[in-house]
Amino acid sequence: MLYREAGDFKTSYRDDSQTFPLKLDRMGYWVTLAVAFGVIPFVITDYWANAVLVPFLIYAIAALGLNILVGFGGQVSLGTGGFMAVGAYATYKLTTTFPEISLLIHILLAGGITAAVGVFFGLPSLRIKGFYLAVATLAAQFFLVWLFNKVPWFYNYSASGQITAPERTFLGYVISGPATSAPAKYLVCLAFAVALAWVARNLTRGTAGRKWMAIRDMDIAAEIIGVNPLTAKMSAFAVSSFFIGVAGALLFSIYLGAAEASETFGINKSFLVLFMVIIGGLGSIFGSFAGAAFLVVLPVFLKNVLVGAFGWPTDLAAHVELMIVGALIVFFLIVEPHGLAQLWRLTKEKLRLWPFPH
Amino acid sequence: MSPTSQTILSELAPPPAAPAPSADGYVTADGRKIGGVLMDLRHITLRFGGVTAIKDISFDIREGEIRAIIGPNGAGKSSMMNVMSGFYVPQEGEVWFRGAKRPPMRPYQVARQGLARTFQNIALFDGMSVLDNIMTGRLTMMKSSLLEQALWWGRAEAEETRHREQVEKIIDFLEIQNIRKTPVGRLPYGLKKRVELARALAAEPKLLMLDEPMAGMNVEEKEDMSRFILDVNDEFGTTIALIEHDMGVVMDLSDRVVVMDYGRKIGDGTPDEVRNNQEVIDAYLGVAHD
Amino acid sequence: MEQLLYASEVLVNGLMAGVMYSLVALGFVLIFKASGVFNYAQGVLALFAALTLVGIQQGQVPFAHLINAITGSHISSFGWTVPSLLAILLTALVMVGLAILIEALVLKHLVGQEPIIMFMATIGLAYFLEGLGDIMWGADVKTLDVGLPQGISDTAEAWTAALTGYGFFIDRLDIWATVIAALLVAALVAFSQYTKQGRAMRAVADDHQAALSVGISLRFIWVMVWSIAGFVALVAGIMWGTKSGVQFSLSLIALKALPVLMLGGFTSIPGAIVGGLIIGVGEKLFEFYIGPMVGGATESWFAYVLALIFLVFRPQGLFGERIIERV
Repeated sequence: MLYREAGDFKTSYRDDSQTFPLKLDRMGYWVTLAVAFGVIPFVITDYWANAVLVPFLIYAIAALGLNILVGFGGQVSLGTGGFMAVGAYATYKLTTTFPEISLLIHILLAGGITAAVGVFFGLPSLRIKGFYLAVATLAAQFFLVWLFNKVPWFYNYSASGQITAPERTFLGYVISGPATSAPAKYLVCLAFAVALAWVARNLTRGTAGRKWMAIRDMDIAAEIIGVNPLTAKMSAFAVSSFFIGVAGALLFSIYLGAAEASETFGINKSFLVLFMVIIGGLGSIFGSFAGAAFLVVLPVFLKNVLVGAFGWPTDLAAHVELMIVGALIVFFLIVEPHGLAQLWRLTKEKLRLWPFPH
Repeated sequence: MSPTSQTILSELAPPPAAPAPSADGYVTADGRKIGGVLMDLRHITLRFGGVTAIKDISFDIREGEIRAIIGPNGAGKSSMMNVMSGFYVPQEGEVWFRGAKRPPMRPYQVARQGLARTFQNIALFDGMSVLDNIMTGRLTMMKSSLLEQALWWGRAEAEETRHREQVEKIIDFLEIQNIRKTPVGRLPYGLKKRVELARALAAEPKLLMLDEPMAGMNVEEKEDMSRFILDVNDEFGTTIALIEHDMGVVMDLSDRVVVMDYGRKIGDGTPDEVRNNQEVIDAYLGVAHD
Repeated sequence: MEQLLYASEVLVNGLMAGVMYSLVALGFVLIFKASGVFNYAQGVLALFAALTLVGIQQGQVPFAHLINAITGSHISSFGWTVPSLLAILLTALVMVGLAILIEALVLKHLVGQEPIIMFMATIGLAYFLEGLGDIMWGADVKTLDVGLPQGISDTAEAWTAALTGYGFFIDRLDIWATVIAALLVAALVAFSQYTKQGRAMRAVADDHQAALSVGISLRFIWVMVWSIAGFVALVAGIMWGTKSGVQFSLSLIALKALPVLMLGGFTSIPGAIVGGLIIGVGEKLFEFYIGPMVGGATESWFAYVLALIFLVFRPQGLFGERIIERV
């Protein structure tokens, strides 16, 4: 009764194709944004920023990127970790070479560089499909990590082989380096996440999204009705890698402050982001956020409960976490392949009918 | 004896004076003006490994006409349509479209020349809504850049609204307003066929190709579909090439018919001419091939 | 001459490593052929099998770590050791039990799903099994010794020295692994060609529906195939575990088997073997000749890049069949 679409008439096609067709959804969206920008920055603590909110926002961007490729484009990639590394190392090289240019611009440029690398490694998708492609993207993962480890130019010949984020400011506030405050970290990541989610939404509701989904659902038919598979697949790889590159750049420069290719961007990172996409919901923007939130909060929650409350050793808690994540992946694939996003949609369906069952 | 052959035999009637197609067209029995040659297929031969699916077939399709390709199972009809739509490239022969020989090109480039088609085994995008499926028919006309789309700015939004209006006209025309937002995967077979036709129409093709548009339909659905095909031809002047099994439908709908058997062309002409062709009768009655 | 002989030694060692890759790849091919599932968990199966084997051998109490954490007790071992052969048999039984559980809890519910969904499910399964193995037996690095001979083979050295004037260093374990792998392959081929179950397995691989219609139990075949894959994983786990200890990195050999499959084609047993040998030799020779120029450790990516380049030119793999696309 409270949540309904009856009476919510559309009088133009413009209205009909907006992101939140229902008034209540629209209000919820604006309230969430108002709280995220207007309330949280004033109450955020270091613990909440570092353990939950900042990683959540960064992984949400990565999951959005991977979801564009896997959920909308139908091309599976296991190279996410490698592409995040490209974003991180590109930011590092750019900001140490051109320190006078704003870090935020460098982060966007790093996204662009990652997009180019992504297109290069996406080229085989024109010949191979499905898990052949998934395995082929492992080449990107292992090669890129090896490259950043073995070529000292990428880490400015530092003795430790690590890259460390230098201090950078924006409008007088420190946004990178050890002195960064929790609200600054949070706000930078939030701005990127909101802007990129909006971009993802625009792309997926329009021409590009239809091309991607057409290729995903039936590639041969898509080509026969006039979709150029080359540009469709490459644009999916480019956009996806751009997002993932920005996520890698933020992870390094804003969140961690230091990184080492095989430690920070190993194959497990690729799987983590893929799991976020599956659990959140393939082909859903909301799902990318939900999946990221779930897999960021789960370890924190388990750690607090198992280690904090029960007093278990940390390694045991880590193994339990592995089992739970694995079981959840299987569970979601069996029960709800569209993930949390679909569960949310079903809940809304129910709400729409409530309190009358039919 | 199959129902098809019965139909043919029972309708054996003296043919009316056949219109002789000239370079600039002819006028049909019901008074429609047929124009010059739109697509010309010249000596097409298609092989898969050692199997020859199409042997040296030539025929043309004229502007404004409804052209049928018929033949028993395995005659090579679908392969022919795949050659026309550029999905298969024949080993020999030429495809001429709007007065120009088709150079080697990919299927999506062929589509951009103004060809659209439906498929024998429906090839819709199951994960998308009916509306989005039909919108994909207009993808070749979308001009906005990726950046404009990303920022939903400049041409992107205007284009979306403009094409939506066109698509809504087709939705009205095919009477599928109520399923606009339904995911295609959930639709029954007959409606899927209609949505596929809508997607092809949305491309505003010069030549519309229908691969068995009525296969698996009941009588009412067939009648609906026939009506849509005739209306499309009538209202938009779209040239239509179709493959169909139902002889009655073919004879009623089409202006000229090509008959194929075992990859060869065994007949070509008006429905009545074809009906009286001895080779065609043999093929349908199942006279032994030597 | 010296360089060439040295290179041939690298080559021989590459072949031995290739045998190991083939062994893991074989498990993949078996499951893929019989169920169309691309089993990412194969490597973790090998780790799990090796962990279980060590655990049984040394009389460890399963879940000791967990029990201790919950009850505050300090148990760790039953205080006995089990003979190697018996331990291997018991582990094989555990693998069968695991196959039954996987069929009942996972596969049964995913019948008819798209291959890529199945693939992602096995990634989830891999995570689960990894966590389970660690919780059951502990995550510390374990040494595995079932009595396989180890160390440099004097015979091989003396023999090659007599033949070429240069003694090759070849690990005895590698020689044994090669022999065992060859026997295993022969046994598997014989099984699938000459037994009733083998024929049923091939029938299922060809067409699920048709196999069901002639009365073959899909569930039985799946349990059987996953059990066989479990045995293959056990053998691979014993070899790798003996060589470099039972630890998490063992499960990464699965990742190495993937490019092997892409080279050989997912459905071909000879393909898995040839692909494994090519990759084993290729990466050793590449590291030997090119590695020093680019900073070494090229083994981490060589196999994938090779497979990737190869796939672009021959998408169906060495032994796969060409697919004709239709609409």
